[in-house]
Amino acid sequence: MEKITREEIDHLAELSNFSLTDAEKDSLGTDLGNIIGYISQLDELDTKDTEPTYQVFEMENIWRPDEIQPQEADREALLNLAPAEQDNQIKVPKVL
Amino acid sequence: MQIATKDRTAVSMVKEALDKAKRCKNYNIFVSLNEEAAIKRAEEIDAKIAKGEDAGRLAGVPYALKDNFLSREGATTASSKILEPFKSPITSTTVKKLEAEGAIMIGRTNMDSFAHGSSTENSYFGPTLNAYDETRVAGGSSGGSAVAVAKGIVQFATGTDTGGSIRQPASFNGVFGFKPTYGTISRYGVVAMASSTDCIGFFANSASDIDLLMQICSGQDPYDMTTLPDYYNESEQAVSGDLSRQRERRIGSSPVTTGRATGAPDIAAPVRIGIIKDFDLSKIDKNIKDAFDKKIAELKESGYEIVELDMPALKYALAVYYIVVPAEISSNLSRHDGVRYGYRSKDAKSLEEVYSFSRNLGFMPENKRRIMIGNFVLSSGFYDAYYLKAQKARTLIIKEYENAFKKCDFILTPVSPNPAFKLGEKVNDPISMYLEDVMSVPLNLAGVPGLAIPVGRTEPTDTAKEGLPIGLQIVGPRRSDKALLEFASKITKREGK
Repeated sequence: MEKITREEIDHLAELSNFSLTDAEKDSLGTDLGNIIGYISQLDELDTKDTEPTYQVFEMENIWRPDEIQPQEADREALLNLAPAEQDNQIKVPKVL
Repeated sequence: MQIATKDRTAVSMVKEALDKAKRCKNYNIFVSLNEEAAIKRAEEIDAKIAKGEDAGRLAGVPYALKDNFLSREGATTASSKILEPFKSPITSTTVKKLEAEGAIMIGRTNMDSFAHGSSTENSYFGPTLNAYDETRVAGGSSGGSAVAVAKGIVQFATGTDTGGSIRQPASFNGVFGFKPTYGTISRYGVVAMASSTDCIGFFANSASDIDLLMQICSGQDPYDMTTLPDYYNESEQAVSGDLSRQRERRIGSSPVTTGRATGAPDIAAPVRIGIIKDFDLSKIDKNIKDAFDKKIAELKESGYEIVELDMPALKYALAVYYIVVPAEISSNLSRHDGVRYGYRSKDAKSLEEVYSFSRNLGFMPENKRRIMIGNFVLSSGFYDAYYLKAQKARTLIIKEYENAFKKCDFILTPVSPNPAFKLGEKVNDPISMYLEDVMSVPLNLAGVPGLAIPVGRTEPTDTAKEGLPIGLQIVGPRRSDKALLEFASKITKREGK
């Protein structure tokens, strides 16, 4: 089992935007350590001279004309989804 | 597939399905029912039928929709808290295609939150129970859809399969479950998990029912640039067009039978079935191993050639999967931030708190594990050792399949090492849960199709009077979907209660 430090958990929580409790940090520390231990078995596999595969779609890039098409959801429908809205804008707490 | 007629009306079929759904409430199959809209649609279908109009190939057929497909009817939640109030302003391409043929959605089915899991226990709405044993899991992530078909509530249900999420619950509940070739069915309007492996597929009671759904739903979609041109229906036209020429049609480098999906067997050349030597059979449940050996013996008896395959890189597929998929999850799920839609924490006082409070309260523990692992394998200092290494290993796995399909037409394996496990047995032990996917994930990494077929049951137990279902998996090369379902039709019989 790999060791994962509290600093590393804090760093990953920050990258992931989670406000974890101390209890969550403890259990995630154990779980992530076990998972990282498991996936580290890839070290055994010889991948020298092997190219990486990022996608299994068989086709090259597909282009379309850069033209505005009518959409199913309009501005109003999208704004209605926002948890807070004001003056036709999505509202969030003060940033500056 | 039984469709509505003048005598057997759509309204009666929909009402019957809704009644059954309510009677099965204790199984926690549905997150929400679509009662009013479904009955209204059924009345429209019946009116068409009464006038003698064509009401579609799925006229009045009630179906269940996995809770990660968007539809303007009702709310889509991906069985999560963070999407709980989400009423979609768009409808997914798959739903549109099904409904254009007259199918009627009666409800949304329970799943592991964001499809992260193999048991449906990671749902915000609690677990779905197994159709054959109420003390065991339904499998997952599409657990609700599998049980909805197994309990005879609907004739088919939609699912998504990123690493086994259709095939494993299908095998746990004794129904057919199909994951097509990557890119066959549009993913437009389906909640994203891991974009390089996510596939749309179906649960049904026979391979020929799945064939019909594939005919309807496959094809290129301008809204999903990762959809392939429609090879699926092309293969059908070819078959009905010139049978003699198509008899020797080659898939990969090998001859395959090409009888019609519902027609009589039309064997032009013996199909060669591959079995993988490298799976450690000692780790597989004895019931499953026996069912597998029995099926192989049957196939041999029927004249199929059995070929042994060396695929040593496959045993690394699970490790590759749990690097590549969390990496894509961490990116895809960053959009759920409490700003534009979904749940926002009421306690957040700053923009940073909107993100971090909403995400922390909105995601389930397994969502958090996967997002954090994804950020770990992608972060500087670890990228080369994990993410890049995994993508190279992925190439080796793809090459093993390519080589295997030079020697055989289809591969047969178990779907999972064990039948349905007990509720609570693995939910707090992520590694033991992940190991349940060891035979299903390699297909997703390679983009090849796989069908779970029911082949029997375990011995009865106190909690499973009829025994637990056992499933095997037929794997084919990319774009062999039509031939694979035809082959499955020949070697299986119809299920269903």
